[in-house]
This record gives sequence, C-alpha cells and structure tokens, in this order.
Amino acid sequence: MELSNREYAVGAADDFMLQIGRVVNAGEVELAIFRTSDGAFYAVENHSPHPKGGPLAEGIVSGYYLYDPLHDWKIDLRTGEVQAPDRGQAVVHPVVVEDGVVKVSLPAAVARL
Amino acid sequence: MTANREKLVLIGNGMAGVGTIEQILKLGGAYDITIIGSEPHPNYNRIMLSYVLEGSKTIEDIILNDRQWYEDNNITLHTGTTVIRIDEQTRQVITDNGQAVHYDKVIIATGSNSFILPVPGSLKDGVVGFRDIADCDAMLAAAKQYRTAAVIGGGLLGLEAAKGLVNLGMDVTVVHLLEDLMERQLDRTASSMLQAELARQGVKFAMGKQTVELTGEKRVTGLRFSDGSELPAEFVVMAVGIKPNVQLAKDSGIEVNRGIVVNDYLQTSMANVYSVGECTEHRGTCYGLVAPLFEQGMVLAKHLSGVQTPGYEGSVVATKLKISGVDVFSAGEFTETAEHTVISAKDEWKRTYKKILLKNNIIVGAVLFGDVTEAASLQKLVKQGTEMTDEIYGEVMGTGCCGGGGAKKGLSVEAMADEEIVCGCNGVTKKAIVDAVTENGFTTVDEIKACTGATRSCGGCKPVVEQILQFVLGDSFQQSAKQGICSCTPLSRDEIVAEITAKGLKTTKEVMHVLDWKQSEGCSKCRPAVNYYLGMIYPDTHEDEKESRFVNERMSANIQKDGTYTVVPRMYGGVTTPEDLKRIADVSLKYDVKVVKVTGGQRLDLIGVKKEDVPKVWEELDMPSGYAYAKSLRTVKTCVGSQFCRFGTQDSMGMGAMLERKYERLDMPAKFKMAVNGCPRNCAESCTKDIGIVGNDGGWEVFIGGNGGIKPRIADAFCKVRTDEELVEVCSAVMQYYRETGNYLERTSEWVERMGLEHIQNVILGSDDNRKELAARIDFALAQVSDPWKKMLDDNSTRTALFEQTRV
Ligand SMILES: Cc1cc2nc3c(=O)[nH]c(=O)nc-3n(C[C@H](O)[C@H](O)[C@H](O)COP(=O)(O)OP(=O)(O)OC[C@H]3O[C@@H](n4cnc5c(N)ncnc54)[C@H](O)[C@@H]3O)c2cc1C
Ligand code: SF4
Ligand code: FES
Repeated sequence: MELSNREYAVGAADDFMLQIGRVVNAGEVELAIFRTSDGAFYAVENHSPHPKGGPLAEGIVSGYYLYDPLHDWKIDLRTGEVQAPDRGQAVVHPVVVEDGVVKVSLPAAVARL
Repeated sequence: MTANREKLVLIGNGMAGVGTIEQILKLGGAYDITIIGSEPHPNYNRIMLSYVLEGSKTIEDIILNDRQWYEDNNITLHTGTTVIRIDEQTRQVITDNGQAVHYDKVIIATGSNSFILPVPGSLKDGVVGFRDIADCDAMLAAAKQYRTAAVIGGGLLGLEAAKGLVNLGMDVTVVHLLEDLMERQLDRTASSMLQAELARQGVKFAMGKQTVELTGEKRVTGLRFSDGSELPAEFVVMAVGIKPNVQLAKDSGIEVNRGIVVNDYLQTSMANVYSVGECTEHRGTCYGLVAPLFEQGMVLAKHLSGVQTPGYEGSVVATKLKISGVDVFSAGEFTETAEHTVISAKDEWKRTYKKILLKNNIIVGAVLFGDVTEAASLQKLVKQGTEMTDEIYGEVMGTGCCGGGGAKKGLSVEAMADEEIVCGCNGVTKKAIVDAVTENGFTTVDEIKACTGATRSCGGCKPVVEQILQFVLGDSFQQSAKQGICSCTPLSRDEIVAEITAKGLKTTKEVMHVLDWKQSEGCSKCRPAVNYYLGMIYPDTHEDEKESRFVNERMSANIQKDGTYTVVPRMYGGVTTPEDLKRIADVSLKYDVKVVKVTGGQRLDLIGVKKEDVPKVWEELDMPSGYAYAKSLRTVKTCVGSQFCRFGTQDSMGMGAMLERKYERLDMPAKFKMAVNGCPRNCAESCTKDIGIVGNDGGWEVFIGGNGGIKPRIADAFCKVRTDEELVEVCSAVMQYYRETGNYLERTSEWVERMGLEHIQNVILGSDDNRKELAARIDFALAQVSDPWKKMLDDNSTRTALFEQTRV
C-alpha cells in the first residue's frame, strides 16, 4: 500500500476565526477547517455523515464538538464520530500548524480521488 | 463468524423482526443471522411514515438501522427479495430469485398488507394503500400533480393520511362507512370532537358512505357510493384495514387462521419456525400496533437466546393519533355496556373529554380527547387492571389537591415489570431506562433519549420516562430533573436572564462559565439563546456573536439542502417598483439563480445562489436585507387598502410599509410576522400573524398570537385603537414585552398561551406608563440596528472568512 500522504498548506493561522468554519478545497477534497476556542485546528471533509448530506463548515462549534448546520447532529471534531443517539462518522484529516501556516495532510489516494 | 453457529433466518425486514434481532444481539444469542426483506430499503420506522407524509421528516430521518449496522453485526442482508416458501424437509428458505438459504431457526415477520376493497375499479391507477415507503412516495408524487383526493377509511391510518395530504395542499375528503371516526378506539363523543377538530384543520368528510365502485378509465376519477351519490377524486388512498401477510406460511404448510398461529413462545405449527409481528395470531388476536410486537419480540429473543422467560400473554393496546394539534388517546375498553361504571368529564369550552370505564371497580379502559397528559398513567392503570381508589380518582380526574401524586405515580412505575415496553416507537423497556439512570448516572429525559432512544419519535412515552426517573432517583430527582433550557444547564430562561442582569454578565462565554454550564461552551440550543438574551438586555453594548448564530443568521441568507443559499431583498409592505424588479431580474440572470419565487409574505425569493456569490449578489442588488433567515420581523403582509380597494377604509399599504421600516432588523425570540388590512374583509389574513391589524371606519383593531405554521392558531383580539400613533405604540409595546419575556424560539402563539392574553392586556393596556416605557425601550434598541449586508460588505476579513472558498 502506498503510504505517502500529501500535505496541503491551507492558509495562515490568523485567517481562521475562532469557532467559525472555513471551506478550503485541497486537491479534489472539499475541507471544512475549524479553529476551536483553545486555538487548535481541525480539518473535516465538508460533507455531513447524515444520510441527506450537506455542508458542515457553517455549523456551531462548542468545545471539540460541531453541530451540523442542517441536521443538528453532534460531531466530535477530533475523531469525526457522530454522537449518540445518531450514528455515523465524518471524515477527519490531521492538521499541524508550522510557522503560523496551517497544514492538512491527506492520504495520497484521497488527494487524487 | 464461526462455522458451527446455528443459522437464524429472519423473513421480513420490518419493525417486529429486526426488533427481535436487536434483542438477540443484546442478549448475546450465538447465531449466524440472515435477513431477507421484500422492500428495497434497510429497516425503517414505519410509524413515522405519517410524519414523512406530513412533511416534518424525510425518509432518511426514519431509517432505524442503516446498511452499516447490518455489516457491523455480521448480518447478511438481502433486500428486494421475497421468500416464497419454507421447506421443512431440507431446512431451506426459498426466495423468488431462486436462492435457497439453509436454516436452523426461522422467524417469520412478514407484517401485513393494506386491505384493498374488493370493489370494481380498485386496481385503477391512482389508487394506493398506506403501508410502506413506496405508498408514501406515491402520495407525495400525486400531491404535486393532482388536487382532489379521497381517503377511504376513517381510522388512525386514514386520518393521518388525510391530514398529510391536506398539508401537501390537496383537497381531501375522508370517506367512512360508519357515522363515527376511529370507532374501534373512540366512543361517539370523542369521535365527534375529533371530526370537528379535523374539519377545522381542513379535512372534509363523507360519513356513512359505502364505496361500491371506483370510476374512471385507466386512472381513477371518482367514487360511487351505495346510495348512488358520487365523489370526484383524482387520487384515492385505501386505509380500510390491514391483512396479515400469511401467504408464505400458507404455502409452506404452516397453520394459519387470520394470522400465523403461534403459542406463548411464538412457535408456529412447524418445528423451528417462529412468527412475530402483525402477521402473527396469538390467542386469537392479531395486533396492528408496535408495542405488542416488541413485547412478542422480547419473549422470542430470550427464548432463542436460551434465557429463561415467562411466555407472552397478550397485550393491552393504546392508541395515539399523530396529527399535530389533535390529541386523542384510548386504551383498553371504550364503549360502555351495562356492566361498566363510567366516569366522564366533558368540557366544551376547552374542547377536552375524558372517560374512564370500570368493571367491578377495576379500571378497564379510558378515552381522552384534547388533553392527553394523563395518557401514560391511564394506560398503565388499564394494563395492570388496577382497582379504582379515591387517590387514583383524585389523581386522574384532577380533583385531588394534596399533591401526593408524585409518590403514587412512583408506586405504579415500581409495579411495572422490567421487560415492559415504555417507548413503543423505539422498543425501549423499563429496564433499559432504569439501567441508563443507575449505570450512567443520567438524570434528565434528554440524556435518556440520547442513550436509549426513548421519547425520540412520537413523544407519547415522555411522562412515563419522567416517572421512572423520579422513581429511580427518589429525592434527588427534584433538583436534577429540573429542565433547563437545554441539557447544558438546569437553569430556566427566566433564571438565566435574571442572573445576567444581576451579575452583569456580558458574553455567552462568561454566562456559561459563571453559571456553571455542564458543557463549557454550550450547544447549538443554548448558544444562540444566550446570545439573544444578551442582545435583548444590552441592546447598545452587546457585541453579537457570529459563532453563536445558526447558519442562516450567521450568513444572513437561507441555506438550502444542497448548500446553496436563498437571498430575499426587502419589499416593504409587499410593494416594489419596476426599477427594483428590473435590478432583481438582472442580478438573478447574472448569478444564475435557480428559481425566483413569490413567498407567502409577498416578497421574492432568489433561490440557489452559490455561497461565494452571496456577497456579490447583495452588493449588486443594493437593497436592504429581507431577513427571511432571521428571528426578527419577517414581513408585513398588506392588502391594497383604501389607496385602491373599493372597500378599504384605511391605508393598509402605507401603514404596512411604515411598520416594516420601523421594526426591521431587530432580534426577537423567534420569527415574527405581521399583516395590515384596510377593512374587516381581512384579505391579508391577519388572523394567522403574530400581530394582525385590521382597519375599520374609526381606526384599527389589533390581533396577537396568530400562527399559520405547524401549530396553527387563530390570533386573539387584543384591542382597538383610534389613531395611527396609538397603533404604533401598542405594536411597539407588545413586541418589546415579547422580546423581554419570550423564551428563545417561542412563537407569540405559544407565548400568548403561556403568559395569558389577559395578563398581556393588563401590562400593556392597563397602564399608560408601562406601555410608553416598553415602547421607549424598543425604540432605543431599534436605534442600534444596522443592515447586515452593508456591514458584511464593508468588513473584508469576515466576508472572506465566511463566504470565500480557498483552493490549494
Ligand atoms: C403509516 C403508518 C402509521 C402507523 N402508525 C402507528 C402508530 O402510531 N403506532 C403504532 O403502534 N403502530 C403504527 N403503525 C403500525 C406499525 O407500523 C406496525 O404495527 C409495525 O410496523 C408492524 O411490524 P411488522 O414487523 O410486523 O411488519 P412490517 O413493519 O410491515 O414489516 C414486514 C416486512 O416484511 C416484508 N415481507 C413481507 N413478506 C415478505 C416475504 N415473503 N419475504 C420477505 N419479506 C417480506 C415486508 O415487505 C415488510 O417490509 C403504523 C403503520 C403505518 C403503515
Ligand atoms: S381587506 Fe378590505 S381594504 Fe383590504 S383589500 Fe380586502 S376588502 Fe379591500
Ligand atoms: S412511544 Fe413514541 S417516542 Fe416513545
């Protein structure tokens, strides 16, 4: 299996408002990037795991949780896991901040998708 | 998966069968499971099809177990596959596509089919039953294309179908053979109250009519009745009953009566073959509701998992109609005979009715209409065959005064068996709830809902869940069960507002920190609420928190299901100009707007604007925001009034535009709608608005608390005024009082009922000073508002952060 991940610089840390999601297209993947109130960054594919789908970027962020804007599902930003009683998983990708630049790494396969 | 596990095959992927499998999984039953179902869908909540039809849920919302669930539990699933025979000799289940699946045990859970009247024409196009997703889809499609519908059958299903079709905009007549609706659950009194209420909601009735033929060529055009009369209908729903689906059992040589005959352990006449659900006949009864099916499933699951259990002994059924604004309930026996002692109370003013039937002083049945708060306790009393006592009488008939109700209710939950189903919709037992409380330390209904699913569907079981909580928690319940505005806090709205003022709290963060929120940054319920309360309390200094706003308000545009947005420019009083129309047309063309739609509030929706384009659309429209997304004044609907109408006595267009200009943009607890009419003919429909204004010769009449939405309510007459100034002052005072005392998301229709019309009249009309102060406070708040579109266009960084899509 090919393990190489591809890293995308998605913007300067200061471009992201606290608790307000922002949409970034990285390769073919549409990401919603969130900055929680403690300054941490999370990257989630901008697609709700709810069967009806829809975007995630405009949800309300509380702590590490995101409330899906269309269906109000509660999603853990760290794992993508949907909280009970709903079930499902949003796709999350690792983020690092280096020298004030926010970088998301996507598996090469996803990046090419 | 191990090879030597026994093979269990479930036929029928519906509620009873899958419910049984869920129980088996919980009990750790060691089977290799295969499920075969005729429908192309995974397991869904059939009960909620009524909500799908009504429009409050989608098919996706009602899926109970998605395909992943089957995979996660190693269950082999064949959808769109029908079993045609069980071969006892070879121990195989044979499907219509020629597969043969080996079994050690089989559960038949094939449910029922809609009963289609055997009259000429019943197979024509445009005739459906109401049973599954396919039927529901057919109804949704028909409503788009046709106008008149007939629903044959005035039972639970028929009425829910009829109300759903009315909601979809059809002209619907319910045709019923008898003179009373739901005659199998209700007595004559309750039934006529029900009919009156549904008629009020727009359903028509043809009672005492026997359908003898459906007319039309290929497609149905109407019904003919036995008395020779006819009813035109372009679409017909048959909801006259269900027929246990026993074909497969019959063809396999299993004993069948009306349903598949089983004993107390759900065993059929064929070895290793069981049957649960609507297709089953137990001690001569076939059930058509879910609660009994879950009870059967529970016994069967234990039996198949090798857990000791007493056999199934039959169920007492209770009914609740799922139509908003129509509360009916019945349990056990309901028509009185000479043997019964009847306790009843009918209140024609409040439109409520309550009846309890006793046999030898044992409570054997009950009917409620209009107010069903006692439903849960009555259902239990009937189920347990409780003897009537003074205490119970006091409790259920509401004349008891000594407040001991709680403890006694606790006693009756105590007597409830662990395995008894509390939430029929989701098959949750008393034990599951008790465990949730004792093992996870849960103390609120919300937490129990999140963990077990109880109360999630129709909500009918909530009172019992509360009683169980109370029973398990004992004294500690009092404090912990206090329901706050959401599960983050036990504080009520009034307490939060009082604390904010008393402690001078300034931001949501501060509020949540100081008031000890359980989830430190709140949730999607309390964050927007607290942000609103802060803005209401400090209109001049509170800095609105975009991150606490629901998406529509954050973006100042309505998000649609595909992630595009709808932009709605203001049209004061519903009036526009040719110049503005031209600009709207130009911008719509340029940005490829999908649909331009006239709204119910007399404006134009520009639907389907791409997110990145939204700021540009605003900029080029250069019109004020119509706030179609906001919890604030939406529109002031007007008629043409004295400017043009030959009846008009007042200038409704002028007044409407003025009021809309005055109150636009200010945050309110919920959306707010107004209407102004030039005369009592009321062409702009004031009676369904938060504030409705009707002109007359001597001045204006003001109505408040109307609503045309999901809980319709006709506005109450509030007062009459002579001058325009008085009118504005009264409107200001009402709106400000609502702003100051309304719960977040509470519409005025609910607010008026909670506060009491008379109380609001006293506050606003009883004291000139009060009214003037309220009006002054709203004016102060109004002085602080500004157009969000203008603001966003001037604020580069916010606009970029919210709307722009970066590509890397
Ligand atoms: C619109 C509507 C509203 C309702 N509202 C309520 C309510 O408010 N309260 C309440 O208690 N009940 C309500 N009910 C009744 C409730 O939904 C049923 O009692 C319950 O779903 C029956 O469960 P079941 O598993 O026995 O049958 P079903 O849920 O009907 O499942 C049977 C399944 O078996 C499949 N099947 C049939 N034959 C075969 C075969 N040979 N091979 C493979 N698969 C087969 C069918 O396609 C079906 O999917 C409502 C029903 C409807 C239709
Ligand atoms: S409400 Fe009266 S004034 Fe207004 S349009 Fe109707 S008839 Fe004319
Ligand atoms: S009984 Fe319907 S939600 Fe519990």
